[in-house]
Amino acid sequence: MKIASSIAFILVAFAAMLLVVAAPCAATAQTDCLACHADPSLQDASGHSIGVDAVKFGSSIHGGLKCGDCHATIKEYPHPDQITPVKCESCHADQAAGLAGSVHSVKAEHPCTSCHGDAHAIFPKSDARSAVYPLNVPRTCGACHGNDALAKKHGLPNVYPLYIDSIHGFALSKEGLLVAANCNSCHGSHHILSHKDPLSPTYKANIPNTCGNCHAGITASYMGGVHGKAVAAGHLNAPVCSDCHTAHAIEQPTAAAFRMQSTPICGSCHKDKFSTYRDTFHSQLGSLGGYVETARCWDCHGAHEILPASDPRSPVAKANLVATCGRCHQGANLSFVQYQPHANARNRKLNPALYFVRLFMNLLLAGTLTFFLIHTILWLIRSRYDQVKRRVAEGGKHA
Amino acid sequence: MPDLEKSRTDGRYFMRFTRGQRYLHAVLFTTFLGLAGTGLPMRFSESYWARKFASGVGGFGAIIFFHKLFAVVLTLAFALHVRDIFARALVHREKGIFWGSSSMVANWKDVKDLLGHLRWFLGFGEKPQFDRYAYWEKFDYWAVFWGMIVIGFSGYAMWFAPFFARFLPGWALNAVLVIHSEEGLLAILFIFSIHFVNTHLRPDSFPMDMVVFTGVESEEEFKTKRPQEYQRLAAQGKLEARISAKPALWLVNFSKVVGFSAILIGLVLLVLTLSAYLRE
Repeated sequence: MKIASSIAFILVAFAAMLLVVAAPCAATAQTDCLACHADPSLQDASGHSIGVDAVKFGSSIHGGLKCGDCHATIKEYPHPDQITPVKCESCHADQAAGLAGSVHSVKAEHPCTSCHGDAHAIFPKSDARSAVYPLNVPRTCGACHGNDALAKKHGLPNVYPLYIDSIHGFALSKEGLLVAANCNSCHGSHHILSHKDPLSPTYKANIPNTCGNCHAGITASYMGGVHGKAVAAGHLNAPVCSDCHTAHAIEQPTAAAFRMQSTPICGSCHKDKFSTYRDTFHSQLGSLGGYVETARCWDCHGAHEILPASDPRSPVAKANLVATCGRCHQGANLSFVQYQPHANARNRKLNPALYFVRLFMNLLLAGTLTFFLIHTILWLIRSRYDQVKRRVAEGGKHA
Repeated sequence: MPDLEKSRTDGRYFMRFTRGQRYLHAVLFTTFLGLAGTGLPMRFSESYWARKFASGVGGFGAIIFFHKLFAVVLTLAFALHVRDIFARALVHREKGIFWGSSSMVANWKDVKDLLGHLRWFLGFGEKPQFDRYAYWEKFDYWAVFWGMIVIGFSGYAMWFAPFFARFLPGWALNAVLVIHSEEGLLAILFIFSIHFVNTHLRPDSFPMDMVVFTGVESEEEFKTKRPQEYQRLAAQGKLEARISAKPALWLVNFSKVVGFSAILIGLVLLVLTLSAYLRE
């Protein structure tokens, strides 16, 4: 017991002596810093952990660097309590410049570590341990963009839950597909711009190209259709991918939910066509949940390469109608395709026959009901009057 | 009316509808309620209740399946009824089916009765003496008859559109939906308001005319509601042949449950229809 405490005393004294001797020396070697900072419980004055896991750091992308390479202002030991923050931009100048011009430019709110994680455990983005590994990106961005309070504060939609339940989110989180679109695929990484900025990949005119980075075939056919041509010509009220598919909550287009929600999307621009469509059996059936087979806009018009009926390649060109209608209606013939999926029974000039049929039916309905309503009301009053009179005459009770 | 109350329990009962006619009415109102209940959600598919109802019964697929099922049953019942009429007229040589005082076919007396009835409503005359079928009952019958043909034809034209397109012009395929839904709406509004009140809810029959369920009515009811038929039969000495047994208690109670359920369902559908129609 006595021997043990003596040895401990000698060791402590020796260590203290060493420190005193080393004091004026330059503290550059990793081991020198780790002598203190290897302790994981080490905290600075404000309570932040300043311990470093040497093994983890060694395996990180910066593992070959010396502490002083980043903590460049610390030249000697002991160093001041307040140290200058590390300047990542001294090496990563391009990324820093990109960030400075982006929506995340306020450095205090968006330090590099807010996306790349623990400064002493940064891995390349191809490493599954990295916070910016494709499969980890949504969770990393979601730390802020999945936060209701934060979204509200910045007037942004809370997009993380929308994305994670989308077809891209499922491909990424369920299937682990590295090619599935994550936040970076559309928004970029350091130089993220508002969708209102013409340089942004999410600016309306740029969206077809952005989506086309993966969906090249669809973009090519979209660009051949009326909407793609309009957008290319600078008519930005024409729809791009995200107008129909949404930006984050993208559904499988054959899914019931998408089929149910999509017709009103086309209808938000094509109001007259939507209102006449809603008068038809296709719409009446289709509006009730659970039955999604009835024709929606793109079942007849096509989805991406939408062409006017005057174009012989259009599925709604006269010569193609039997084939187009016949996809659902077996036995469709030339007379059958005379059916007008957008007939307007209220328009006498466009659809005279239908107009008069509707007029006749409405007059029949209104006439019959009006006559019998008056007839019945008068009858009720008279019968009741007689009944009461009779009961009074009989000396019975009223009613 | 103490005397009427009494005769309802103790007096004589007279046959008005045969068993076949009562069954026909039962099939008619059951399928009609079914068709209305499944047709209205389609007609007002944008409304909240239509979507809730549709998803509740298994989606649109279930709705259209039952709509078609009820339609086929009703078509069969209609065909049997038409066959029955022609069998009675041509095979059994029954007289007075197509013309006369006990026929469903409208005649001059119906016009006079209607005008007389209207005069009586306003206090300008005596109440007309109705025969076996009063003018509003004939109207009910023919409205349904015409409705069956119109709604049925337009419905089958939609069901088998490519087939009907072989001999109908293209615009007719647009028209059949307009015809089907407007005529259906008329039928629903008419039956659930006018027919219900005229036949069941008016003071003389309130709360429900049981004759179409039990087939018989009391002598007092017969005399007040159809005095001309009563007197004619009495004069011809045929009144006794129509005397029938008092309806069994179970039948009366059963009929009340069925009848009130039908009226209740009808009134609910009427309210939903009116609310959706007026909001359009």
